[in-house]
Amino acid sequence: MAVEIGLLKSIPYFLGLSTAELEAVKKHVFEQAAERNDMILMEGDPANAVYFVVSGAVKVFKTSVEGKEQILCILKAGESFNDVAIFDGGPNPASAIAMTPVVLYGINKTDMEAIIRSYPDLAANVIRILSKRVRHFVSLVEDLSFRHVTDRLAKLLLEYATDHGPIGGEAGGHPRLTQQEMAAMVGTAREVVGRSLKALEEEGAIRMDRHRIVIVNKKRLEEMSGVAAG
Amino acid sequence: MIVKPILNEALCNGCGLCVTVCQCGGMVIVGSIIKRVDVADCRYCAECELVCPTGAIQCPFEIVIEESIDITFEE
Repeated sequence: MAVEIGLLKSIPYFLGLSTAELEAVKKHVFEQAAERNDMILMEGDPANAVYFVVSGAVKVFKTSVEGKEQILCILKAGESFNDVAIFDGGPNPASAIAMTPVVLYGINKTDMEAIIRSYPDLAANVIRILSKRVRHFVSLVEDLSFRHVTDRLAKLLLEYATDHGPIGGEAGGHPRLTQQEMAAMVGTAREVVGRSLKALEEEGAIRMDRHRIVIVNKKRLEEMSGVAAG
Repeated sequence: MIVKPILNEALCNGCGLCVTVCQCGGMVIVGSIIKRVDVADCRYCAECELVCPTGAIQCPFEIVIEESIDITFEE
């Protein structure tokens, strides 16, 4: 499959670029496909490229020396990863793995630097995207530092709840999460997630329905997670 | 369609822990590799995923919000 201008246009990095400018950028873009559970990047390796998710979901995570995993974010179509390493010249700050079959677009480090010099509008987009990411990580630090596990799990369930079905179904959905992945996202052990889900079920906030976690009391979850009830 | 645990036979080391914890007899080891049997009885408790030492079993969950139902009574 060739790189498509229409898909490039839908990536926030390239917002505001004209079709002619996108055509010029396209020359530097390569496509890469990965199957579920394929490693895309290894933490600590030299950074060669920035990647954009075209379809599917990518998990970005850190691993401790004991093998404990902390998920930093789960990225969907349009989102980018490994940008920090491209711009600061350091190694890949985290690992990335495909959660589903994925299609990625990538731009090599030197090409990206040249593109940014040529298109200042794109630089403004990059600042916006990196700022949003800093905000996400500040929120993650806050959650890990100040919230109890059950409250963090309540927040995660609200963030990943979807009316549109999982990825692979309709657009806008989230990937399905294993309890191990939930544990790695809220910074705890898998067993604790199992107990927390049971606690939320006993409290009447959720219902476990085979492969579905059904939120039956959204307001209660919002109270627990500290977000304003809408 | 019944959603089942996802098995990755390539990662299975044949330890049989999943068979031990499965409450519905839904797992069996054949030739040192895990095989699923009666999936209709699987309760998706995810215990098999919890005990698997190699990550060969995954039980992903979809997270959904229960649809609110508006009921109006006619007088």
